[in-house]
Order: sequence, then C-alpha cells, then structure tokens
Amino acid sequence: MADDITTVPPGVARAAEALKDVPHEPGAKKKDPILVADSVVRRFGGLTAVNVGHVEIQRGAITALIGPNGAGKTTFFNLLTGFDRPDEGKWEFNGKPLAGVAAHKVARQGMVRTFQLTKALSRLSVIDNMRLGGTGQKGERFWQSLIPAIWRGQEKEITERADELLARFKLDTKREDFAGSLSGGQRKLLEMARALMVQPDMVMLDEPMAGVNPALTQSLLGHVKSLREDGMTVLFVEHDMDMVRDISDWVIVMGQGSIIAEGTPDTVMADPRVIDAYLGAHHDGTQHDPEAVAEEVGEVAATDESAAPGGSGASADSAAPGDFAAPGGSGASGEVSGEKKAAGADE
Amino acid sequence: MNWDVIFGVSLESLLNATMIAYALAAIGLNVHFGYTGLLNFGQSAFLGVAAYGLAMTVSTFDLPFWLGIVIGLVGAVLLALLLGIPTLRLRADYLAIVTIAAAEIVRLLFRSVTLSEWTGGSDGLQRFSDDFYSMNPYSKGLEIGVVNFDERELWVMTVGWLLIALSLLIVFLAMRSPWGRVIKAIREDEDAVRSLGKNVVSYKMQSLILGGVLGSLGGFIFALSRAAVQPDTYGTEFTFYMYTIVILGGAARVFGPVIGSMIFWVLLAFINALLPALISQGYIPTWIMTPIQAGAVGYILVGLGLVLLLIFRPQGIFGDKKEVMLDGR
Ligand SMILES: Nc1ncnc2c1ncn2[C@@H]1O[C@H](COP(=O)(O)OP(=O)(O)OP(=O)(O)O)[C@@H](O)[C@H]1O
Ligand SMILES: [Mg+2]
Repeated sequence: MADDITTVPPGVARAAEALKDVPHEPGAKKKDPILVADSVVRRFGGLTAVNVGHVEIQRGAITALIGPNGAGKTTFFNLLTGFDRPDEGKWEFNGKPLAGVAAHKVARQGMVRTFQLTKALSRLSVIDNMRLGGTGQKGERFWQSLIPAIWRGQEKEITERADELLARFKLDTKREDFAGSLSGGQRKLLEMARALMVQPDMVMLDEPMAGVNPALTQSLLGHVKSLREDGMTVLFVEHDMDMVRDISDWVIVMGQGSIIAEGTPDTVMADPRVIDAYLGAHHDGTQHDPEAVAEEVGEVAATDESAAPGGSGASADSAAPGDFAAPGGSGASGEVSGEKKAAGADE
Repeated sequence: MNWDVIFGVSLESLLNATMIAYALAAIGLNVHFGYTGLLNFGQSAFLGVAAYGLAMTVSTFDLPFWLGIVIGLVGAVLLALLLGIPTLRLRADYLAIVTIAAAEIVRLLFRSVTLSEWTGGSDGLQRFSDDFYSMNPYSKGLEIGVVNFDERELWVMTVGWLLIALSLLIVFLAMRSPWGRVIKAIREDEDAVRSLGKNVVSYKMQSLILGGVLGSLGGFIFALSRAAVQPDTYGTEFTFYMYTIVILGGAARVFGPVIGSMIFWVLLAFINALLPALISQGYIPTWIMTPIQAGAVGYILVGLGLVLLLIFRPQGIFGDKKEVMLDGR
C-alpha cells in the first residue's frame, strides 16, 4: 500500500476528480452516473424495506453502501439486479431502463452482483464455477454442445482467463476441488472471482469481506482497487468502516430503507444522521467528535467481525434497526450476520 | 427345484425389453432429476404419450408407423412445454405437484369412456406393431444355455439397445459440455446461475424436453415389446420404479440408469421366480406365504433392499460418496 501515498493511481485520481464537486447530500447528482434510480419502493407487508427517492452511482468509482442491519441494502441490491420486483420505481443502467428486466438480462447488460449468503455451486469444481461465468459460450447451446469441436477453442480461452483470476484470488490450489469443500471465506472469494468472469461494467458486492481472514482481506482490497484501475464501477455493502474508508471514493448510507446521507468516507462518518442511524436516535449526543465516532462505528463493526458464530445475543433478524447495537459497542453482539451463521454451519 | 428356469429368467431380465424400456425412461429422468434437479414425478406420462401417440396413429387412424413415431415424439415435446411453461418459474416443488397430477390426468384421459373410440378405453389398443415387426431381420430366436429369446424379442432388444447407446451418447456429450455445466449449476443454485447471465428457465425447459424425449423412447419400446398399450401401465408407480432405478444406479451418472435398471429387474425376476419355487417345494410353508402372495413379497424385498442401499450407499452403485456428503450439508 506504500505506493498509495507516494503516487496516486490514475483510477483513484479519476474518481476523485469526478466526485470533487458533488454535494454531500442524499440523492446528489454525479458527473457521469452509470446507474440512476428513482423512487424505488419495496414493501414486505406493512414494512417498507426500501424507499429510495433518487440515487446515482458514479462510473469508474468505488462506492460503498453502508447502513445498520435491516436498512434495506440487500433488498435494494435484489431490486436493482432483477432478483426482486419493486412496488414502484424505475432505474437506468448505462442509460438503459432496467426496471422489470429479468435477472439474467441485467447481468448480460454488464451489472453483476454477488450474494450476502454466498452461492458457491457446491457440486461443481472450483474451475467449473469459474468457467460458468464466461459469457456468449457457444457450447452452452444444446445442439452445439454435442459437438466439442465447436466449443473447445472458446473453452480454452475461458479456462485461461479463469486460471488467471483463480491465481489472483489465491484459489489456484483449489482448482479441481468441489466448491462445496471450500471454507466460508474461500467461497466469498470464489463468488467474487466468478462474477468477474462475466466481465461486467459494474460489480455489486454484498459484504464481500465478511468471513475473509484479515491477511486475505488486504489482498482482496487490492483486487477491488485494481478493478477501479481497469475502469470498472464497484458498489459494495460492508460493515467494517476501516475497510470502507480504505477503498471507497464515495459512501452512500441507508437507514430504514432510505438514503440518509452521501459523501466521501470522512464526511459521512462524521454526519450526525449517520451516527443516529447506527447508534439509535436516542444516544446521548456527547460523541459528535468525528474521530471518536468514526472509531466507534468501526469498532462496532469490528466486534461483529470477531464475534464467534452463534455467539451470545439476539440475531440480526430479530433486532429492530434502531437497537441493533448498543452505544459503546460493548454488548454489540446483536449482529452476527446471516452470513456468519451460514459460514458457521458449514464447518 | 428348477434352477435353470430361475437363472434363465433372471439373466434374461438383464437384457430384455422391459429392462430396456425402464432404462430409457430412467435415462430421461436422470437428466431431469439427477443433473438438473427437476422433480419430475410424471415421467410415466411421457412414456404414455409416446406409446399412445404411436398406437393411436397406426391402430385408430390407420396412418403409417413412422408418422406414429413422429407424433409420439412431438407429443412428448408438447407435454414438456405444457408442464414446464406454468411451473418452471416457480419453486421446485411446484413442478413435482403439477407433474404427478398431469401424469394421472393423462392416464385417466387414456382410459376415459368418452375417448374410448380412439384410445380403446381401459382395454387400450393393439395391432400397431405389425410394421415394426415386419422390419425384423431375424428369422429365428436365440438360445444360449438357460437364456432364451424368440426372434421378435431379439428385434425389439436390438432396437432398444441401439436407442440406449444413442441416448447415453447424447447425455454423455451434453453433460460434459458447457451446456451440461449450466444444467448442473442450476441443480446447485438457480440464483447464482441467473446472476451470471444465464436464462435459467430456458435451460430447465430444454432439460425437461430432452429427458421427456429420451423417456418417450422407452415408451415406444415398452409398447412395441408388448404389441399393446394399456392406460393403467402408465400410473404413478411406474415413475416411482424409475426413481428407484435412478437412485440405485447413482443419480447424475451417465451409465447409472442402465445399471440401475439391470439390477432392479434381475433382483425382481430372481425373487419372483425363486419364491414360488421355494413354496412349491415346501421350503417355505404356506402359512408364511402362498404362491400368489409371493409376487407382492418380491416387491417388498426389493423395497427393503433399496432402503438398505440408501442407508449404506446413498450415492447408488456408481455415485461419488463425496458429492452426496456435500449435498447433505
Ligand atoms: N423476503 C422478505 N420478506 C419479508 N421481509 C423481508 C424480506 N427480505 C428482507 N426483509 C426485511 O427488509 C428489511 C431490509 O432487509 P435487508 O436484508 O435488505 O437488510 P440489509 O440492509 O441488507 O441488512 P444486513 O446488513 O443485515 O444484511 C429487514 O427489515 C428485513 O427483515
Ligand atoms: Mg444485507
């Protein structure tokens, strides 16, 4: 990471330049948005899980989507990528309307997502998981599949690309193993690598670092940054504030379904609305010193990271958004996320 | 005790037309269930539609044999579309419910009084296989030791085994291709496959059609070997035997259904020949079972064997234990 200090990589500079004059307010207009969403609403019975008025995602930048558990981040991802239908709303990707478009078509348009609950294809080998991501495969058509000569060349190219990515993600030694035999963190890596096989314009990562060990996290962060250098747009959900601060050019905060704040990492983490959302509206308000609060928010997330699977405390699902974490982070075990539980169960 | 007969029937069922028909049906079901994870509980309907398509074309409407084959195949494709279009977008269990109901509807239609003018009602249809047997190149049967086939059986078996070879080749080629990779990935997690830009519904439909058409080949063999079709042979237990065979051989294995069908029929034929012999020789007293009950006991023993197999070798004969363990996570 030493180079970051000495020379600013062109991707970072481009993103910073593009976001320089963008006002720090919810729904702020971007210079060159790749994704624009308008009044997207999703209700589950009486609960309004998502109610986003207007949001734009800057092309070529790394945008973090943060917010307490149950804020609606995953639901918003599901809506944007066609895995769920909104009650209202429309959005455009690369200038093309995407509302009502089926999930696989969204992916083909260049917007590919990963899942908070990792979806490794267990009884396929790691390399086959990767190959599956290749687009426009001739051998994926039934009649052509019967004649290997038609698809063998393309298969070789795809495999080469897959092997490169596997090496980058330190999964090359697992190449022939069933994906089901990977650890929770390795599955996260595989899913991310597999999404990149699609060669998307924009990747949407739902808690990509959850369950990945700290040493690997550093290299993963490196990969995400390199995506930006390749001109890709990244939107990711993450609870670890240090990580958010480290890699994101822009941060969007969701709370109870709506966008409540936007801005650069430092300004957002100092924003009282964000602190309210994270710590509950009734905290005593003595900690508005940005440094302390940012630290605390990070600490809450860190507690989450280190919490033992199935550890003490209520599960995230049963906690109301407001009281998901007690101020001070001491008793904040209420957010053993679903992913954690799943990863724990896998062992 | 006549061991020649007992072993003769058992060995014959390794190769005969019934075994072939079940093997073809199970090859199709293996595409659905083993590879794609589609819970099709109406495979018998695909065989029924093909068999009746052929029988009605020839026997009821006096049209050529080959047209009957084409109509049978088209019928299988149409049935797949009919079952798939409303259900493949829904959760997996809906397909199971719809297929089991559809298979019963198909069977009841075949035996309904209203349609009996064309379908022959519960008696079914005969006299549609003459053209098939007129192509028979064999003039006499085959006798090797205790095994005995007449020339008609030999002809059906020849065609049947060719169809098995062709079906296995198609399944083998398709499943090792990128197409098969998508199919197997759908079995694991549909949403993951969607997120990578694949049209999951279309692939599931292709799988349903492929497996249905392969199964319909079994329907032709079944009908031709008996030179008759009867509605009640195409009931739900037909499908359950196919599942037994698929699991026995090992789901998602190319040769699994054939091996499964062989084992299933050899065991059943052996027990069904052995038990009555034991009873008539007095080795089994009639207060335990009469010769008439022996048939049912045969199925009970096969069922018991399957339960034991699932406990001690859940991956089937050919399956990979590691895969099953992954599955049971
Ligand atoms: N299928 C569903 N049915 C009913 N309610 C749902 C459903 N999916 C999500 N919700 C509710 O919508 C709200 C938003 O959930 P969502 O999963 O989007 O939160 P999130 O921001 O991703 O949280 P986390 O950080 O814990 O992953 C929650 O209150 C959740 O209970
Ligand atoms: Mg979430």
